[in-house]
Amino acid sequence: MVSRFKEALDSGKFVITSEVAPPKGTNLEKMQHHIELLKDKVDGINITDHQSSAMRFPSLGGCLAVLESGGEAIMQMTCRDRNRIALEADLLFAYSRGVRNVLCLTGDAVVVGDHKEAMGVFDLDSLQLINTIHTLAGGKDLGGNDLDGAVEFCVGAIVTPEAQPLEPQLIKFEKKVEAGAEFFQTQAIYDLDNFKKFMDYARKFKTKILAGIVLLSSARMARYMTANVPGIFVPQDLLDEMSAAPKEAMLAKGIEIAGRTIAALKRDAVCDGVHIMAIGREETVPDILAAAGM
Amino acid sequence: MKSMTKQKPIEEIQQSLEGLDKVFIVGCGTCTTLTSTGGVEQVEEMKEKLQEMGKWLTGTVVIPTACDDMTDVAMKENEQAIRSADCILSMSCALGVHRMSLYLDIPVIPAVDTLFIGVEETPGYFREACAQCGQCLLGITAGICPITACHKGLVNGPCGGTNNGKCEVDKEKDCAWTLIYNRLKEQNRLHLMRQYQPPRNHHITLQPKSMKIS
Repeated sequence: MVSRFKEALDSGKFVITSEVAPPKGTNLEKMQHHIELLKDKVDGINITDHQSSAMRFPSLGGCLAVLESGGEAIMQMTCRDRNRIALEADLLFAYSRGVRNVLCLTGDAVVVGDHKEAMGVFDLDSLQLINTIHTLAGGKDLGGNDLDGAVEFCVGAIVTPEAQPLEPQLIKFEKKVEAGAEFFQTQAIYDLDNFKKFMDYARKFKTKILAGIVLLSSARMARYMTANVPGIFVPQDLLDEMSAAPKEAMLAKGIEIAGRTIAALKRDAVCDGVHIMAIGREETVPDILAAAGM
Repeated sequence: MKSMTKQKPIEEIQQSLEGLDKVFIVGCGTCTTLTSTGGVEQVEEMKEKLQEMGKWLTGTVVIPTACDDMTDVAMKENEQAIRSADCILSMSCALGVHRMSLYLDIPVIPAVDTLFIGVEETPGYFREACAQCGQCLLGITAGICPITACHKGLVNGPCGGTNNGKCEVDKEKDCAWTLIYNRLKEQNRLHLMRQYQPPRNHHITLQPKSMKIS
């Protein structure tokens, strides 16, 4: 069984992915509802891995729910909570159960989350995790031992095109490409001119780039993100546009902005696709796609 | 280089001394004197606090350097007062606690928590500069240690949490990899940052670590 997501990437079509966060607890209804809503509209559903270091139902469990629904899962895997033995073991298990795509992340710091006294592991980093997957795919583990049955994943990573300073991030981006990252989902981008400059650079490398689209749900949220979230820059004209919308129409305005950003990226073939993050408002993703004319 | 400590909350000290009514206090003339956590003044203050608690103090001493073998001499000089106590309350770092525990068969209770080995970068400002990990990367990171200076101990470049040269865990804290990048760039050695660093070997020296110098 091959990765349907990889087939979509290789087909040259404009690829759409989105993401779903697992619940804090064992009530899976809401997550399953979001998966149902998205599975036929996107080429892959990312399941977050204790996003923002808040303990939740695991990414792997969410991915199994995606597969059970007939969707294509992209397993987010951070290096924060597991050492290399546990990461390798989870990769074997994920592959055995049909997961075919992994997004490799370093992971947020433990102290930003809801278990502030926990140990941050970081035995591996995102780059070493990419290499680990390729090692497992070659039939060996990190200890140099033979595997009885290897893995085959489509391996991805992230990049932050708006990071300041940018060059250290680009050096890491290039290391990830070299390590075999087949696709990148970027941090949220809002300034298309800046993103086009990044793409002029990124196009030199053999990998696929999906632009990160984070739904602006209110003017306040937009201002907060640009002021506080590393690597996110919402230009003033978008902040003004959000602020000008009446309170009850702000979400609709955010959907419109996300939709037209996606439409512009697709029309001008700026990148290979988009990764839509509606953070807590997953039910709006079909509306965003509709606003993008898709 | 100093062993950096902070005094434990008095409630915790009181709890540790439950059932131990006669106490001998040992301070240290080196690191805990410098950090004002276990020098002459702090030993005197602790003595008063313990007396308020109803403890009986059999004596106090501030050893010049509680982690070296001179501790043996200081302990012997005070042997009578120490032996008449139920325990020693140590106001040296954990290295001193360890040393004191070697001599007299009497419980040694720490009154301070040992945080890290710090170097004084500017007067009064101490920073952990080395985690003594056993595989020094400073040669390729322009003298800035990513194990101690990066919150996540990353060896292949910055994470996505860095922002304007600061760390995601604290906007006041420099991002180690931005510092490394800037210095390597100045030195015209950025190629070093492009090298892949493999996963670290956490067993260069097996725990518990020890070494015999012949």
